[in-house]
Amino acid sequence: MSPSDLIQRDRQWHPPAHAPDYKTSVARSPHNALLSLQNTDSELTGPTFGHDDIDAGDNDLLRNYAQTGDPIGERIILHGRVLDENARPVPHTLVEIWQANAGGRYRHKKDTYLAPIDPNFGGCGRTLSDDQGRYMFRTVKPGAYPWRNWVNNWRPAHIHISVFGTAFAQRLITQMYFEGDPLIAKCPIVNAIPDPRAIGQLVAALDLNASAPLDAIAYKFDIVLRGHRSTHFENRPEGN
Amino acid sequence: MVQALNYLKESASQTAGPFVHIGLAPGAAGFDIYARELGHDIIGPNAKGERITVTGTVTDGTGAPVKDVLIEVWQANAAGIYPGKGAVENSFRGWGRVIPDFDTGVFRFNTIKPGAVRGRNDVMMAPHLNLWLVARGINVGLNTRMYFADENTANASDPVLALIEQANRRDTLIAKADGTIYHFDICLQGAHETVFFDI
Repeated sequence: MSPSDLIQRDRQWHPPAHAPDYKTSVARSPHNALLSLQNTDSELTGPTFGHDDIDAGDNDLLRNYAQTGDPIGERIILHGRVLDENARPVPHTLVEIWQANAGGRYRHKKDTYLAPIDPNFGGCGRTLSDDQGRYMFRTVKPGAYPWRNWVNNWRPAHIHISVFGTAFAQRLITQMYFEGDPLIAKCPIVNAIPDPRAIGQLVAALDLNASAPLDAIAYKFDIVLRGHRSTHFENRPEGN
Repeated sequence: MVQALNYLKESASQTAGPFVHIGLAPGAAGFDIYARELGHDIIGPNAKGERITVTGTVTDGTGAPVKDVLIEVWQANAAGIYPGKGAVENSFRGWGRVIPDFDTGVFRFNTIKPGAVRGRNDVMMAPHLNLWLVARGINVGLNTRMYFADENTANASDPVLALIEQANRRDTLIAKADGTIYHFDICLQGAHETVFFDI
C-alpha cells in the first residue's frame, strides 16, 4: 500500500518562478504552466539516510572545519523541529545547512566578496532529526553581504536549509532569517514571497531559554514540509 | 465563525543560491569537510540491470548553460521498485546528486536503467528518472522526468507523457539514446522549454 497523496503545494504561498525584482529569476523561470500530476510512487517514495551517512560532529560548525581555533563571530545555537502540514514530527530526516561566515563571505571559489575567509569556518553542516523531528546546530551568525542585483543590495543574514522528508515531492530548500534584521524587508529574494505570513515563517525567533549561558545565543526555527492527505482506511477506499 | 482548520503551511521555498555546493557538495566547492559526501553513487555496487550514462546541459532563457545548477536524481531499480517500497539490491539507494562541470556546464552521471513503475490505477509508467533542479534564480525547485528514447512502446502508453496537452512538447522529456549513453538537455525557457511538473 502506498502512503496517501500529499497535500497540494500552495503555489500562491511560495514565491513565483518569475520574480522580476530578483533579476536572476527572469531567465531561469519556466514560461509554460507546470504540468499538475497526481502522486505516484515516483513522488511518494524518497531517499532515506542513516547514521552511517554522517558523523556525530557534522552539526557543529564551530568545530567541523576548525584548524587553529574557533571561528570568528557571534556563537549561535540553531534548533527547531521538522514538522509536516499535519503538525506531525518528521523523524530521522536529513537536514543540511550552509552559510557565509561572520564577515559575509562564503568558502567557495566563486565568491569574490572582499570580506576575509575564516580559516576555522567551513560553512556547512548536517544532521538527522531525532524521533520527535528535533534538530540542532552550533554555528556562528552569518554576516550580511552585498550582491549584484540592484547596485546596492545586501542580503539579510541567512542560513540555507535543505530538507528531505519521506517523499521526493516533499523535497525543500529554503532560507532562515534572524528576528530583528532590518534587511529582511528590503530583500528582493525574500520579497518574492507574496504573503507576509509566509515570510514570517522563515524568520527564526530569538530563544533565550535555549541559549547556553556565557557561551552561545539561540534561535529557534521550525521547518514545515508537505503533509499527507487523510490516511487510507481499509473500509473506505473510495473516500480519502 | 467557522472553525479553524489546524493545518500548518509548508515553509516557503527560497533559492538555493549560487553556492549550493557548499552545503550539498562541498568537495565541488573546493574543500573537504566530511568523511563521506552524499549522492555520488546512485545505485551502489550490487545493482542489477543495464549500466548507462546520462549527459547533457541545463540552459536558461538566453541559451546560456546554467553552470551552478544542482540536480537530484531519484529512480527505481531495474525491476521497477523504489527503495522503501519493496526489496531492492543491498546498498541500492536510487538517489544521487549531479552537478555540471563549472567551466562547460555539461553534467554526466552513471546509473542503471530503471524498470517500468506501476502508476495510479495500476497503469504502468514507462521507465524514467525523476529529477529535481535547484540553482540561483530558481525560487522553487523544479521537478521533471527523463524518459528513454529506446522505449518507444512503453513511452507511447505512459500516463504522464500522455497528460502533456501539447504533444510536441513530450519530446522534451525523452533522452536520446547513443548506445548506453543518453543525452538529455534541460531548457528552463525557450522554444524547447522542458515540461516541469507540479507534483
